[in-house]
Amino acid sequence: MRGREKLFLLLGIIAAIGLSFASGAFNRYYLGIVIDVGINIILAVSLNLINGHTGQFSLGHAGFMAVGGYVAAKLTLVCGASAWIFLPALLLGGGVAALAGLAVGVPSLRLRGDYLAIVTLGFGEIIRVIFQTSEFFGAATGLTGITRLTTFGWAWGLAAVTVYVVACLVNSTYGRGFIAVHDDEIAASAMGINPVRYKVTAFVIGAFFAGIAGGLYAHHKGVLTPSGFDFIKSIEIVVMVILGGMGRTVGVILAAVILTILPELLRGVAEYRMIIYSLLIIGLMLTRPQGLFTFGKK
Amino acid sequence: MSALLELDKVTITFGGLTAVGELDMKIEQHELVGLIGPNGAGKTTAFNLITGVYQPTSGRISFRGKPTVGVKPHELSLAGISRTFQNIRLFAQMTVFDNVRTAMQGNRAQGISDALLRGRTFRAGEARVDHEVMELLKIFSLDHFRETMSKSLPYGDQRRLEIVRALATQPKLLLLDEPAAGMNPTEKQELMELIRFVKDKFQISVLLVEHDMKVVMGICERINVLDYGKKIAEGTPDEIRANPKVIAAYLGKDFDDA
Amino acid sequence: MTDWFLQQLINGLALGAIYALIALGYTMVYGVLRFINFAHSDVMMLGAFAAFYLTPPVAGMLGEQSVWTALVVILLSAAICAVIGMTIEFLAYRPLRKRPRLTVLITAIGVSLFIEFTGQHEKVFGAATKSFPKLLPSRDIVIGALHLSSNDIVVLVLTAVLLAAMWFIVQRTKIGMAMRAVSYNEQAAALMGVNVNGIISFTFGLGSALAAVAGIFYAMRAPGIDPLMGIQPGLRAFIAAVLGGIGNLPGAALGGIVLGLLETFFGGMPGLSNYRDGIAFAILILILLFRPAGLLGKLQTEKV
Ligand SMILES: Nc1ncnc2c1ncn2[C@@H]1O[C@H](COP(=O)(O)OP(=O)(O)O)[C@@H](O)[C@H]1O
Ligand SMILES: [Mg+2]
Repeated sequence: MRGREKLFLLLGIIAAIGLSFASGAFNRYYLGIVIDVGINIILAVSLNLINGHTGQFSLGHAGFMAVGGYVAAKLTLVCGASAWIFLPALLLGGGVAALAGLAVGVPSLRLRGDYLAIVTLGFGEIIRVIFQTSEFFGAATGLTGITRLTTFGWAWGLAAVTVYVVACLVNSTYGRGFIAVHDDEIAASAMGINPVRYKVTAFVIGAFFAGIAGGLYAHHKGVLTPSGFDFIKSIEIVVMVILGGMGRTVGVILAAVILTILPELLRGVAEYRMIIYSLLIIGLMLTRPQGLFTFGKK
Repeated sequence: MSALLELDKVTITFGGLTAVGELDMKIEQHELVGLIGPNGAGKTTAFNLITGVYQPTSGRISFRGKPTVGVKPHELSLAGISRTFQNIRLFAQMTVFDNVRTAMQGNRAQGISDALLRGRTFRAGEARVDHEVMELLKIFSLDHFRETMSKSLPYGDQRRLEIVRALATQPKLLLLDEPAAGMNPTEKQELMELIRFVKDKFQISVLLVEHDMKVVMGICERINVLDYGKKIAEGTPDEIRANPKVIAAYLGKDFDDA
Repeated sequence: MTDWFLQQLINGLALGAIYALIALGYTMVYGVLRFINFAHSDVMMLGAFAAFYLTPPVAGMLGEQSVWTALVVILLSAAICAVIGMTIEFLAYRPLRKRPRLTVLITAIGVSLFIEFTGQHEKVFGAATKSFPKLLPSRDIVIGALHLSSNDIVVLVLTAVLLAAMWFIVQRTKIGMAMRAVSYNEQAAALMGVNVNGIISFTFGLGSALAAVAGIFYAMRAPGIDPLMGIQPGLRAFIAAVLGGIGNLPGAALGGIVLGLLETFFGGMPGLSNYRDGIAFAILILILLFRPAGLLGKLQTEKV
């Protein structure tokens, strides 16, 4: 898609906004799921930059999402909700989440593999505990009465932006550095690539979009509770990335779609849902650890 | 003027083992120097010390007159030291082309904003990178493998690709760790001619680890011999050939493929 | 003041001893397989539930709150968990032995979620908290101003005995030597005729049995048991293992004790109790950043 990336982005955004106007015709329940899908695409594609392309292992994506969600929601709650304030609120949420990504990324870089996983998990939990104990953010009850500003257009338009940014970043001479750090850190640094810079960049950009997704989520559901951003939420995003095939943008998008719709299909057997889900993780790791949708360029 | 690279009593120990002990070594501009010694002598460790992968326990290293101890590997690479690895370390998930262009970004590529905006400077820059990568690949006749995944290349070509990738960083000093391992005599000979060719074309210095004595003697201007981490001899190929210590270190082995 | 101090000291030691027992499982598995067995804390929970269901029938035969009942229940629960631990290893981890460690880590997370969610299902244990039966006659021992529970003393003594037994097994028996060999270099151990699969199985069995005992001790001191009861002590124990130097047995015991004491002394402070989990993670992060090899571990340089 040499040279046509911007066209694709434009088309994506126009389609999202266009469909958004038509969305009144859809059933509200289905529309809600479709917006969920868009939000999860943002989460999965942004985590894919950290875990898939750069080969780090973050288990704390829900923490960044929480930061973005709380900050954006607090802003619209305080300043009053309007379409004009929505984008600045989302960007502010993303920005603060990016700062959190910086704070997590810098110290974590000395660690690898499962230690990094545990530390990011720890940071994610610390973030959650902070919200849970902060009166300003509603403590354990969280925030309620958030205006539902998230539309189909916002969710899918920003999903298109996320995909564009991650794809353009990685598909460039500059961006090959992310994959080089993944493949062989020692060889990468011998070739003049600063692994620390790339890892921090991946964490910051990944966290930024997770924060955006959090803002969209807050203004989609109307309520935020700290328990919604626990370790299981992080795992869910990780599973999307793994199912889609680490580092495969198309696969990861597909996985986000499927794993958002699947729980809705399992509503009839809700009590078995998480059991099935955990078995799915185990089965996937045992049979296809490289992911299910391993087509498309890395 | 000071030497390009200078090692002064460089020592590194792992636990109780002195992998490299009090090593002195100098490499001048535009020189092709050999580093030989039996297996486990400390040659690869010396490379790791020069490239900043390991930090010496004691001693000093300087590159172009500046001390390198404490400097990060990527900074040394940007300063002009590049290398290949004895146990091949290509970027396995990348094509041949991508392996090489990855090594170019330190010196030439643009940053995040260019990659995202995809404007004219970005496209021009990428086109230039493309051109330079292909020029380098052509020297080593790897250009027709452009879109091949690096890990599916034949073994010998993987070693050659490592050299191309190292050259893509525009080094002033190139360290080659057994670049001809696993090649047959004709391939080896060809490779050595190529190494001499790139050395002249890019005006660089080369430090070469190679086990085949005939090859080393044929191509190197000067040779350092390591044994048990210590330098036991240094000199021209003729001096090394006649040095009794060197002969003793290789005793019991056929001199030709020690 | 000294009484308060002594009181907290005993409480902290008892809690730390339990953490130590769980931490041993994490550290032993890490020693032989180099991965964090996320499901270990859930095996501990299963130990408590095994005792919960075993106590009434066993008490029916051997008498309520008798030492024999307690002993039989503890041994049976440990055996059940040993089998569960070995089964998990065989089904979920062994097929992944040669795969990247992160694949195994995710699998372990999957196993952990599976146990927790299955346990919460109403047809299994149910999500509600159950009160744990009294295994031993508990008596309050009063020495001056000091109030000690006899259970705490029993836990402390039994843990000390188990730790000593562990040390003996690992350092002085043939199978312990094989464990150390596998931990040091799996391939070399296999070449020397060590049955690597057998040893790994044994390690899981042993670690899970200890976890079961820890689960029962924990349940004896806790208000009740539920399918998620393993998460918190599991996290503390994992941190203890890292603090001591993961893979290092005395380190795990030491780390457990240190963590138990820290938690008892600082957890009592009113302003901090809300942040307990956060603080536990903060400790873990600080250790990993500043002393990744732990208190008793050694760092290695990667060979290039
Ligand atoms: N990171 C390390 N840890 C422990 N020992 C090492 C390490 N790196 C190298 N060594 C040891 O240093 C010695 C020299 O190794 P090396 O430099 O690879 O030899 P050569 O390349 O000359 O064959 C060997 O005994 C090797 O085992
Ligand atoms: Mg070597």
